[in-house]
Amino acid sequence: MTLSFLIYKTILVVIVFSITLLVAMYSTYAERKIAAFLQDRIGPDRAGPFGILQPLADGIKMFMKEEVIPSASNKALFIIGPSVFILTACMTGVVIPWGPPLTIGGTEYSLQITDVNIGILYLFGVVSLGVYGIMIGGWASNNKYSLLGAIRASSQMISYEVAMGLSIIALVMTTGTLSLAQIVEQQQGWHWNILIQPLGFLIFLICAFAETNRAPFDLPECETELVGGYHTEYSSMKLGFFLFAEYINMFISSAVISTFYFGGYNMPFIGRFVSDPNGLAILGVVFLFSKIFFFIFFFMWVRWTLPRFRYDQLMNLGWKILIPLSIANLVLTGAWMMRYEIAGLFVK
Amino acid sequence: MQSLTNRSKIVAKKEMTFTERLYLPAIFSGMLITLRHFFKRKATIKYPEQTREFSKIYRGQHVLKRDEAGAERCTACGLCAVACPAEAITMVAAERKRGEEHLYREEKYAATYEINMLRCIFCGDCEEACPKEAIFLTDRKVDSLYTRGEFVFGKNILVESLIKEKQVDVTVRETPDVAGFKKHKEYAHNIVK
Repeated sequence: MTLSFLIYKTILVVIVFSITLLVAMYSTYAERKIAAFLQDRIGPDRAGPFGILQPLADGIKMFMKEEVIPSASNKALFIIGPSVFILTACMTGVVIPWGPPLTIGGTEYSLQITDVNIGILYLFGVVSLGVYGIMIGGWASNNKYSLLGAIRASSQMISYEVAMGLSIIALVMTTGTLSLAQIVEQQQGWHWNILIQPLGFLIFLICAFAETNRAPFDLPECETELVGGYHTEYSSMKLGFFLFAEYINMFISSAVISTFYFGGYNMPFIGRFVSDPNGLAILGVVFLFSKIFFFIFFFMWVRWTLPRFRYDQLMNLGWKILIPLSIANLVLTGAWMMRYEIAGLFVK
Repeated sequence: MQSLTNRSKIVAKKEMTFTERLYLPAIFSGMLITLRHFFKRKATIKYPEQTREFSKIYRGQHVLKRDEAGAERCTACGLCAVACPAEAITMVAAERKRGEEHLYREEKYAATYEINMLRCIFCGDCEEACPKEAIFLTDRKVDSLYTRGEFVFGKNILVESLIKEKQVDVTVRETPDVAGFKKHKEYAHNIVK
């Protein structure tokens, strides 16, 4: 553990952190723009050219707003809620390999903050911690809408985490590793996991929508039923944290989907045109980010297309359809992996 | 019963087929529809920079015209108030005094003439009813104001300026056709038979 190593990791952490925040910031702008475009409108275009300063204006507005803490609330928990939510949202970016390693002056610099050999488990653990933020915030507000929103959020998260975990297990079976760096390396060229696990990808995608509380699964905060859901009582930057953390979650899940199923920083046939490893590394980052941006767009595209589920439909989909499907996927994957042994049973 | 228009659909709550129950094809086609809208021309008009194109004979804020000598044409006959379906027009008539000939064209004039712009529906019936070619609707928009009282426009707003340059051009609405039409009072739809 040398000093240069520490400095390099610190720089990497700061860069990843700021990029995460920047992307989340501009996701709010992108959301409004995409919503507008899908509805034949123009969207925000007054703050700066094409309205690109809109997130800044929104941020300043959030800071300047009056901070209201309800007198009936539990003050400590009321503050801890959004803090936990945004903290867990920011923690997930640590294990994602943002690009192939860079070589500067003979030393190899990995573009992954830390290659934990149980990266997937870490991701899962942190993501499921996120619901505590919502739960604490909703509970501490001492408001029935907040509480209902929080309960919905937690039950929804728990239901969909099962299917998500099962679809991931199938992936882990084929890749044989829990390390994200190795999963990406295995998808060299066009060997993307989506080709091996199409059903698993579909289940994972649907669960990702539910985990990030995005439409059509945005029941914890559905305005039409629960005023604002778990953040009804929140104002100023604490509300900002809740909303912001959701965009961070969306960015991270897009990154995770790209890493798991779409080859991460890999792009087919790029090795034929560029041979310089550093050039490849930078291109890899660009590819990963273009995949991430596509999925962020996809998230928004779905949100502005589909209506919200009813709560019983949500639970039906989670427990009666996605979980059996993912178990079937698990069995099929196992059968495919053991196909020679199974065939050997019948053909002696 | 046979339908007259052939546009009605027979609705039946039938069992959904497997592909329908999957929902994914429906979701996919829905997303294609929204994507098509993404590239469509936007309906937004960026207001202060762009303005919506107005009809040539747009009916906006009223004007009470003066004649060539600058005297008010209105004689406070009250036909406009009678014609008004929204009952937005009120007026008080007065007799012209000696020495006021340059102000009012005829012996009788409107001492006050008020139109409640919140009641007005800008139908143009007042203009049609006016026998003296005094009231016209113009292509000006009524300003946004803060209180209800401000929307009762009196003569200070309605009567056009004495300065020729500031006067409103109503030639689009005061055409020979209109004048010819007005000669035949039997065409007016509010005539009592």
